[in-house]
Amino acid sequence: MATMNWAAIDSDPRFRALHDRKSRFLWGLMAFSVFYYFLLPIGAGYFVDLYKVKVFGPINVGLLFALSQFIVAWAIAYYYARRASQFDAMADEIARDADKIGGRK
Amino acid sequence: MSTRRRVIAASLGLGALVLVAAEPAFAQAVSPQWRFLTFGVFAAIIALTMYVTYLAAKRVKTTADFYAAGGGVSGLQNGWAIAGDYLSAASFLGIAGLISLYGYDGFMYSVGWLVAYITVLLVIAEPCRNIGKYTMGDILAFRNNPKTVKGFMAISTITVSTFYLTAQMVGGGVLVKTLIGIDYEYSVIAVGILMLGYVIFGGMVATTWVQIIKAILLVLASLVMVLLVWSQYGFAGPEYFQKVIGDAKVQARVAGLLGDAAKNMTAQDLGQRFLEPGLYLKSPIDQISLGMALVLGTAGMPHILMRFFTVPTAKQARISVIWAMAIIGGFYVLTLFLGTGAAMLVGAPNIVATDPGGNMAAPLLAQFLGGGPDSMLGNLMLSFVAAVAFATIVAVVAGLVLAAASAMSHDIWVGVVKGEHATDAEEKRAARICTLIVGALAITIGILARGQNVAHLVALAFAVAASANLPVVLLTLYWKKCNTGGVVAGLIVGTLTAIGLVLVSPNMTYPLQIKAAQQKIIDTNAPKIEKLSADIAAATDPAAQEPLKKQLAAAEKAKTGAEAAIARLGNDTTSLVGLSKPLFELRNPGLISIPLGFLAVFIGSLLYRDRRAEEIWDELYVRSNTGIGRAAAAAH
Repeated sequence: MATMNWAAIDSDPRFRALHDRKSRFLWGLMAFSVFYYFLLPIGAGYFVDLYKVKVFGPINVGLLFALSQFIVAWAIAYYYARRASQFDAMADEIARDADKIGGRK
Repeated sequence: MSTRRRVIAASLGLGALVLVAAEPAFAQAVSPQWRFLTFGVFAAIIALTMYVTYLAAKRVKTTADFYAAGGGVSGLQNGWAIAGDYLSAASFLGIAGLISLYGYDGFMYSVGWLVAYITVLLVIAEPCRNIGKYTMGDILAFRNNPKTVKGFMAISTITVSTFYLTAQMVGGGVLVKTLIGIDYEYSVIAVGILMLGYVIFGGMVATTWVQIIKAILLVLASLVMVLLVWSQYGFAGPEYFQKVIGDAKVQARVAGLLGDAAKNMTAQDLGQRFLEPGLYLKSPIDQISLGMALVLGTAGMPHILMRFFTVPTAKQARISVIWAMAIIGGFYVLTLFLGTGAAMLVGAPNIVATDPGGNMAAPLLAQFLGGGPDSMLGNLMLSFVAAVAFATIVAVVAGLVLAAASAMSHDIWVGVVKGEHATDAEEKRAARICTLIVGALAITIGILARGQNVAHLVALAFAVAASANLPVVLLTLYWKKCNTGGVVAGLIVGTLTAIGLVLVSPNMTYPLQIKAAQQKIIDTNAPKIEKLSADIAAATDPAAQEPLKKQLAAAEKAKTGAEAAIARLGNDTTSLVGLSKPLFELRNPGLISIPLGFLAVFIGSLLYRDRRAEEIWDELYVRSNTGIGRAAAAAH
């Protein structure tokens, strides 16, 4: 492995494409999930009256919002898993050709 | 594994059983006539885990088997094991208890523990699988000076594990003492010996399977309890919450929490208040700070990261986090019903009477659902929940000890002392010796920490993991300029600021403040006692005297309790570090220490400058994204 020319693989257009798509997707999703989560304690601290608004019998906005955190977390996991299989395919292709792109002659 | 070892394994297991069974004592939750049930269920679960350890021990042949189960665990299995690692007694008993006592705030508290796994899933699990081998130190050593970063990372791993471990050991000791009445010291020793049995003989293979079994038992027990709670309310949909807010016990609890503010509220309003924020969590900034520590700290927990070395590929690592999120999230939704069920069926006064922190809510609910304290089924269910909680503590401690011992043997002994020159047999022996050392340390600390308030140690473990471990791992994986200088600076600054801020925070004991608070209790109860005594003397009807006597007893208990608390402090006037009041107002240091940890890695890396770290960047980044050349799974 140490004999591989890693820089050559790194600058291979297919790896660059994987890097660009994956980074944008991952950090975007990460930023969204952190933002959505921190709305919960911020809201509970500073928008208590909103949380108290009853929506459905005794079930209020706060309770629904807390429950939505679970749904959103699962949705993010599911969405990521779907997209990740595309990244897997791209990575597998690069790994298969690794010797051709990065092999030392 | 030799026959001799197998015999030792079996006798260790028996020894732990005898320790659990032989200690006769008072029980608070289970009356003596039902004690045999508790022992029976405990023995059955312990026997099951020992059998699994025996089977696992046969499969532990190499060092890779011991540290990482030979990379032969599937994604689904690892998902259950991660859930098992995570659903410690703190989250199972603790969160159900918080919901039963404080309603909404307890539920909100549980959310951060699940969201934390998004960080693990998106940016940590897969690269760590592709780059690492056995420990967090391995990941850092890839492009930094191996000896230096392994040494520092091992210290940080052992620090984090010890904080978490101490909280678990003390919690376990108290739990077993409350549930079956055996002495605190014996319960700590029993937890320690059992855990050592799993780890020393079965390594990661046994630890994984014990986690899986315990997680399945925990989820099953919770599901059954939720169905039983629900059946009490006719399997109602949204009307279930109508029952919660209409419940007299819930309303009384809220009235008690709000004090004077509750005077003008209707019963219905009081019940509704249970589903609104603010009964428990008073400081939003502290909540945000804790949230940061959870969301970033979980991904820096050595015993969680270590789990990703047990699966064969990055894809299996991903699948395991997704399973773990499904199980953990589903479990926290169940605790909402366990908690509200306990609030209605058991009631806050009974929960607090057994444990002021609310940890006994779920076991007491099990006892109620089975038919109450005098029924056989009730006590059988209580025993089952108690035994699962016990297994939970043992398994979590096993995972933590394995993480700390690997850091000690793989990073410090093999990496730093022997300069990576050790045979497989030598390293495996070193790993077992280190396990024994860490285990003995855990038992000693557990016994020494008796009676200490250790609840904040869990939060501190997450804060250190988020402020030191996560920044260095994340930036090693994703930032080209990161190097040894940054890693060392980040680990030192992150760990020291997190610990330092907690030492000067309200978590510590401030004798003057406690004395003032307790004095207030004495001052309010003293006139009450006088008045009640006069009333009792005046009341001629014995039926009228009865409730007054009860109130008098409660007031006297509060007063003597406060007096004892003041007496315990003696002449102390300052905290452990010599302060009379906190310097830093937050209980959770994450808000300050996490940014400082990241900043230290940035500054340290830019000042140190290391060409090698930048040259290896291409290799690290390609390998972490493609899995080329990852540590292969052992053939089994």
